[in-house]
Amino acid sequence: MIDQGLNDYPNGTPLIVTSVADNLLGAKLTEMGIVEGKKMRVLYRAPFGCPLAIDMGDHVLSLRKAEARLIMVASI
Amino acid sequence: MSLSYNRICLVGNPNTGKSSLFNQLTGLQQHIGNFPGVTVEKKVGICTLKNGQQIELIDLPGTYSLIPQSEDERVVYELLANEGHPERPQQIICVIDVSNLERNLLLFTQLYDQNWPLTVALTMTDYLNQSDLQSIQAKLETSFPDVRFVAVNPRIGDGIDLLKETLITTTAVLDRVKFGEMAIKDLLSNNVLQRRDAQSRYRRIALLLGDWNPKGSASQKKTTISNWDRFLVHPIYGYLLLLALLLVIFQVVFQVASYPMDWIDGAFGELAQIVKNQLPEGPFTNLITDGIIPGIGGVMVFIPQITLLFFFLAMLEESGYMARIVFITDRILRPFGLSGRSVIPLVSSAACAIPGVMAARSIPNYKDKLITIFVAPLMSCSARIPVYTVLIALVIPSVHWGPFNVQGLVLFALYGLGLITALMAALVMKFVIRAKDPNFLLMEMPMYRWPRWSQVSISIWNKVKVFVLDAGKVILAISILLWGLASYGPSQRMENALREIHTHDHDWSESELEKAEANARLENSYIGIMGKTIEPAIAPLGYDWKIGIALITSFAAREVFVGSMATIYSVNSDGEEDSGLLDKMRAETTETGEPRYNLATGLSLMVFYAYAMQCMATLAVVRRETNSWKWPILQLFAMGALAYLGAWFTYTIFQ
Ligand SMILES: Nc1nc2c(ncn2[C@@H]2O[C@H](COP(=O)(O)OP(=O)(O)OP(=O)(O)O)[C@@H](O)[C@H]2O)c(=O)[nH]1
Repeated sequence: MIDQGLNDYPNGTPLIVTSVADNLLGAKLTEMGIVEGKKMRVLYRAPFGCPLAIDMGDHVLSLRKAEARLIMVASI
Repeated sequence: MSLSYNRICLVGNPNTGKSSLFNQLTGLQQHIGNFPGVTVEKKVGICTLKNGQQIELIDLPGTYSLIPQSEDERVVYELLANEGHPERPQQIICVIDVSNLERNLLLFTQLYDQNWPLTVALTMTDYLNQSDLQSIQAKLETSFPDVRFVAVNPRIGDGIDLLKETLITTTAVLDRVKFGEMAIKDLLSNNVLQRRDAQSRYRRIALLLGDWNPKGSASQKKTTISNWDRFLVHPIYGYLLLLALLLVIFQVVFQVASYPMDWIDGAFGELAQIVKNQLPEGPFTNLITDGIIPGIGGVMVFIPQITLLFFFLAMLEESGYMARIVFITDRILRPFGLSGRSVIPLVSSAACAIPGVMAARSIPNYKDKLITIFVAPLMSCSARIPVYTVLIALVIPSVHWGPFNVQGLVLFALYGLGLITALMAALVMKFVIRAKDPNFLLMEMPMYRWPRWSQVSISIWNKVKVFVLDAGKVILAISILLWGLASYGPSQRMENALREIHTHDHDWSESELEKAEANARLENSYIGIMGKTIEPAIAPLGYDWKIGIALITSFAAREVFVGSMATIYSVNSDGEEDSGLLDKMRAETTETGEPRYNLATGLSLMVFYAYAMQCMATLAVVRRETNSWKWPILQLFAMGALAYLGAWFTYTIFQ
């Protein structure tokens, strides 16, 4: 499986985080629990794919496309 | 060892039950203020412990990390990581949502590394079964031996007594082995290190939790969320539902609130009359009955709208639906520099900007918050309607275009003008205001829960209190000032004018005489003189000094325009019947004999009232919510300039 941004996967696909961008927002995402190896899936999206709600296991987090772009994932 | 502590801070992630816990601990003994120099609300309360000892409890804004990325979080950082802070607490209660343990522990370990004396309130324990809770509590207690962990349920009040008991004593902070690898201060402006530190904390948290994997809680949470969200964020039903809800909120703040507002208005009018009859005539009585009592009434009259809007707002926040509103509107409002959190403030402002501006307080991003507050008063509020009604009746013919009445269309267009201008102004400000922080959404979608009446009522109570005590002072002061300026003038001039009336020979009735006197007073008052002085400045808009006077008095509230016009034209201003006033205004001519109120002047006035910041109550609230005079003054001038230019442009086109 090649790594792709979170935006490239349809809702419901089980995913695993492979990397997070090394910038300020990336740091913020990491603090919110998006770390390498974290399992997640997109639950639903607002029209135009932004924002999106992701299932983080024990909670649901919503973020914008621009933020989701910083998260690289692979399907599992 | 027993130590006494007098200031304790509540710290925790958003949505952990922190506010509920704060309310459980302090009851109504709380006070809402501002942190100095910022737009962040400060909630302080008094909590009485079992031994009678009282502690000051500060509820800090919810945050996911000590490293700040917003104004709210900077407050938390300053208070907890800056050792020289004057309000530094002696102890911290960290609120941890056990159904969301990993992420909640990040902030906890940061606080732990700051060597804070810590008590942890474990919330949402009802989502775990007893054995899972016991095993995790034991794990935490062995990993952090000098921290006390208390399981609570702030929603129903479980465990609060135990927590209070724990607060009486505290164990000394032992020599702590730091949980993280780096010191917070080193991470501040280095996002590479900040990320690495968070990663390593999560790695250690995962080790600490080990095989602890509570049954049921997570999947149960998610199923309920998805079941509801299938409809509530649906691309069609979701928006229809939101639209219906916004319509209800608007209608209630607009329509339902008007009944109690009329009662308050009437009650204060009667009170003034009663006092007038009791006290001897004179300037002091006038000050009380015409200045102070109506001034207080002018503050109280906003309470119904504030109460009703914050009832809805608290219900939306408490139920978890607010996050969904943000979710489905974010993409639409983003291009205008607004956020999904601006929806309620703007919709409310279409009824009244006062609760609207107050509601903007909950927007976390500083820039979004300021833009929302800045443009909210451009929305067409209910105080503009009496003005529009008179002007439309005056200059717009009641004819039909197809099925539409043109008068109705103009009123509709004025609402549209307010909305479009608000969005455009937001767009401009998006480029003008400097962003202090990166703009991101990153918001948890909370569980749906039934709102609790106690939370909702405390929230309403706090808002009303803040409005009456903080903004009310300014409103009262300005309204007394305006009353003074409209009732008094250079004494010689006033006396002459009044004498003039009485020396003339006329067979006026009592009430005609009264009206003539009121007219002479207003014309020769300081405001009257100001109105005449600004005539050259407003002539290009098509206005004369009479309109000038009405513009100045309208600063108290826009609808005062109608009353002032009535006084100027010496007609009754009982509100219901404007026909006398309309006739007089129609008959008014300019020096060249043309009608004064032609289409151009009428439209120009409508545009002026659509744009001008003629509402001191809004200014007072903006000052209170932005915690500075800078923004309301800027707003006054920016909207004034817009009103002037817009009115001039309109007048020039239609003339
Ligand atoms: N089931 C359950 N619900 C709780 C518990 N504590 C709080 N709640 C509910 O969780 C929701 C959020 O609680 P708040 O007190 O508003 O949480 P907060 O941390 O102050 O949230 P923000 O104000 O958004 O920062 C409310 O609906 C509470 O009734 C708990 O222990 N169990």
